[in-house]
Amino acid sequence: MEHVIIGNGAAAIGAVEGIREIDKASPVTIVSAEPYRAYGRPLIANLLSGKIVEADIYYRADDFYEARGVKLLLGEKAARIDVEKKRVVLESGKAVSFGRLLIATGGIPFIPPIKGGEGSSIYTFTTLDDAKNLEALPGKVERVVVIGGGLIGLKAAESLHDRGIKVTVVELADRILSSAFDREAGDIVEKRLKEIGIEIVLENSVKEIVRAKGRIKAVILNNGEQYECGAVVIAIGVIPNKAIVEGTGIMTNRGILADGNMQTSVPGIYAAGDVAEAPDLLLGQKRVAPIWPNAYLQGRYAGLNMAGAKKPYRGGVAMNSIEFYGIPTVSMGISNPPDEGYVVRAVYEPKKNLYRKIVLKGHRLVGAVLVGQIQRAGVLTGLMTGRTNVESFEEELLNGEFGFASMPPDVRKKILAENR
Amino acid sequence: MKRVYAKEDVCIGCRLCEIACVVEHSESKNAIRTYKTEVPRPVARNVVEERGPLTFSVNCRHCDEPLCVAVCIAGAMVKDEESGVVRHNEEKCVGCWSCVMICPYGVIKMKPAAKKVSKCDLCNGRTMPACVQACPNRAIVYEER
Ligand SMILES: Cc1cc2nc3c(=O)[nH]c(=O)nc-3n(C[C@H](O)[C@H](O)[C@H](O)COP(=O)(O)OP(=O)(O)OC[C@H]3O[C@@H](n4cnc5c(N)ncnc54)[C@H](O)[C@@H]3O)c2cc1C
Ligand code: SF4
Repeated sequence: MEHVIIGNGAAAIGAVEGIREIDKASPVTIVSAEPYRAYGRPLIANLLSGKIVEADIYYRADDFYEARGVKLLLGEKAARIDVEKKRVVLESGKAVSFGRLLIATGGIPFIPPIKGGEGSSIYTFTTLDDAKNLEALPGKVERVVVIGGGLIGLKAAESLHDRGIKVTVVELADRILSSAFDREAGDIVEKRLKEIGIEIVLENSVKEIVRAKGRIKAVILNNGEQYECGAVVIAIGVIPNKAIVEGTGIMTNRGILADGNMQTSVPGIYAAGDVAEAPDLLLGQKRVAPIWPNAYLQGRYAGLNMAGAKKPYRGGVAMNSIEFYGIPTVSMGISNPPDEGYVVRAVYEPKKNLYRKIVLKGHRLVGAVLVGQIQRAGVLTGLMTGRTNVESFEEELLNGEFGFASMPPDVRKKILAENR
Repeated sequence: MKRVYAKEDVCIGCRLCEIACVVEHSESKNAIRTYKTEVPRPVARNVVEERGPLTFSVNCRHCDEPLCVAVCIAGAMVKDEESGVVRHNEEKCVGCWSCVMICPYGVIKMKPAAKKVSKCDLCNGRTMPACVQACPNRAIVYEER
């Protein structure tokens, strides 16, 4: 059975490792539009800020593909999938036949139409090439406007700031980090970024990019204010890169729909990672969850199942961990409960940059936000994914020193007795 | 594989396991020199929890399906196929704390100043991990379960 994978990110590597756990022999081919071995995509921020060098960004050992007998087609873009003939046609004209196919094409940055948005000095921040392009800015450009105050926008802002560029972040919502975190966490991080010297403009967006002789001079915001800058980074969101399935009959919603085995509506064709819309453990429904842990694990389970293991994936939960200038933050699960059916408890000490919130539903922990003190956060994650009844120690969950000693003996002993 | 397990009923909270771990991962391998002169001093890679009379150590389980490996954005966490040991490559680590966020045992230690984590390596092939050997009460055992 020939396995073919489109994409070469976290999901693809998870798939190779999953396939090879079961099937050491079948040919595996990866079609990768980017001309690089798999790299830690989030690490483009560390690279741009100068904390690591390019050699450090690669995710697995140099001989990873070779050692696993994987044929790697770098710099080759898949143009379409021929479901009938079971082959992937590449833009170069070549075709690759598959027995089982994994679509792991990731996400693409969403770029809204903006007046003046065509032309030079407009950047996105999702690929190694993006980071390399932005590396040319220090020394040439004094100020940059980043559109979007989510995780990627703030990482771009931080990296550019670290390289001596003055940065203004423009965010449409009334707070930064609005999707993954909550107001309190957003406020603490906002204060910290401002202290460091990053400018943040909320409840506003860029209406127009002003150019003179083609070069960016400034942006004009919705309220008419003008901010001088020499370049603009657009980071308002990543959307599933699902164009490849158009016309194939593979079912999509926001992303490519995948079941618990990561299989799409067409047998033998799987989807994983940022492109997939797959079951969420806590929500009990499918959703697109564009984070590394999901990409790797969905890829891994896709791989196991492609190789015939019949191992369904329990589903992931949303989770983010990111540190801003010495303030570590974690958000997991349902961090902003949608309705009254949840119990929220929190300890908020903004002066100390400390915040700890837990979200409960029917005595189960379903979400948490931690700022400042995150050590052993995983013990909470374990309770969440293990669907442990926390009724008898709910109060304890708010303690920054929470651990197994804070649990009743039966709960503690059960968890500690399990091997995973 | 053999793993480290704690017995809370017999732990007396002396924390010799932590000291043994620190010394084992020090430059000098000498307790006095490690504690007096080594900067930065290694952190203990187990967690001794304490609450009133209750104390016990929690150690890395070197999981069969290690979540820390799955979430590591830098490829710094790797499960060694032969030994089963989940190894951490400190060089590659970027201190994103994703592994801290996911480890259900809470045994990946943060080193905030270095922006790196530290975790158990089962003393790199030692027949008996240093913490287990150091425990005067056999409150940590190294066995197959
Ligand atoms: C700056 C930044 C920081 C981030 N930080 C974090 C973080 O701290 N924590 C976290 O959990 N997540 C983070 N993420 C998100 C995380 O990187 C993604 O969730 C993850 O990379 C998704 O992996 P993937 O394999 O699904 O897709 P990708 O890594 O996007 O890989 C998809 C690959 O497929 C290729 N491809 C697409 N179409 C084709 C085609 N037609 N033919 C051939 N190849 C194709 C693409 O070129 C790409 O290389 C961050 C993302 C960015 C951009
Ligand atoms: S802190 Fe280091 S080891 Fe842990 S997930 Fe991040 S990069 Fe990997």
